[in-house]
Amino acid sequence: MEKNYMKLEFLSKSNNESFSRVVVASFAAQLDPTLEELSDIKTAVSEAVTNAIIHGYEYGEGLITIECIIKDREIEIKISDKGKGINNLEEAMEPFFTSKPNLERSGMGFTVMETFMDTLTVESVEGYGTTVKMTKEVKSLSDEER
Amino acid sequence: MLLKLESKDNYLIARLKGELDHHNSELARQKIDRCFFEKNTSNIILDLRELTFMDSSGIGLVMGRYKNAKDRKGKLIIVNDNRYIERILRMSGLLKIIELYPTIDVAVEKL
Repeated sequence: MEKNYMKLEFLSKSNNESFSRVVVASFAAQLDPTLEELSDIKTAVSEAVTNAIIHGYEYGEGLITIECIIKDREIEIKISDKGKGINNLEEAMEPFFTSKPNLERSGMGFTVMETFMDTLTVESVEGYGTTVKMTKEVKSLSDEER
Repeated sequence: MLLKLESKDNYLIARLKGELDHHNSELARQKIDRCFFEKNTSNIILDLRELTFMDSSGIGLVMGRYKNAKDRKGKLIIVNDNRYIERILRMSGLLKIIELYPTIDVAVEKL
């Protein structure tokens, strides 16, 4: 597969969570992923977009940008917001840590992204926003293996 | 997402269908809790077999309902046979404290 690229920008509304993960999954479909790989990608995107809505913009209005690059068998997904940023990244990435326990958040968002994708990098500047970059190699399987 | 609630003697069955994410977990939580407290039940059976997607918002939903049932000395049991849903449940560590069965009949027996 040669290189491919797409960019998607949408308002930080929770009904865009489903929309955005489906768009990324459709883009990833050209790598012919297994259902499990697609499910992993959708879940990781959903986590990052939900974080941007709840924590980045704290339910306020803002733009979320998703950029995807396909190179060979790998997809790179970059999800950015221009929200409040994360002041303690180490703490935020700990399993079960949540800054909003009253909302019944599980605190598992970053753990899910880490588990379901191959790599995860988070860059955040307080007052300027957060960018989550994830990559996943989609295995090449023969038809019998599917 | 579709949610069907059915209340029996001492348990509530919540059947969730479709996608469970942050957008619709809040409404699901309110509806399940209202029924749980109004009917004065103590056990909850969460049927996740017809979910096509679940992220960590679903984990939050399960954790909260587990706590409500436990506060009433009851149990929360998950019914599921979908491996993608089971993967995220297992990853979260929830299955170390919550029982999971493939059918509602088995779940009712285990209450």
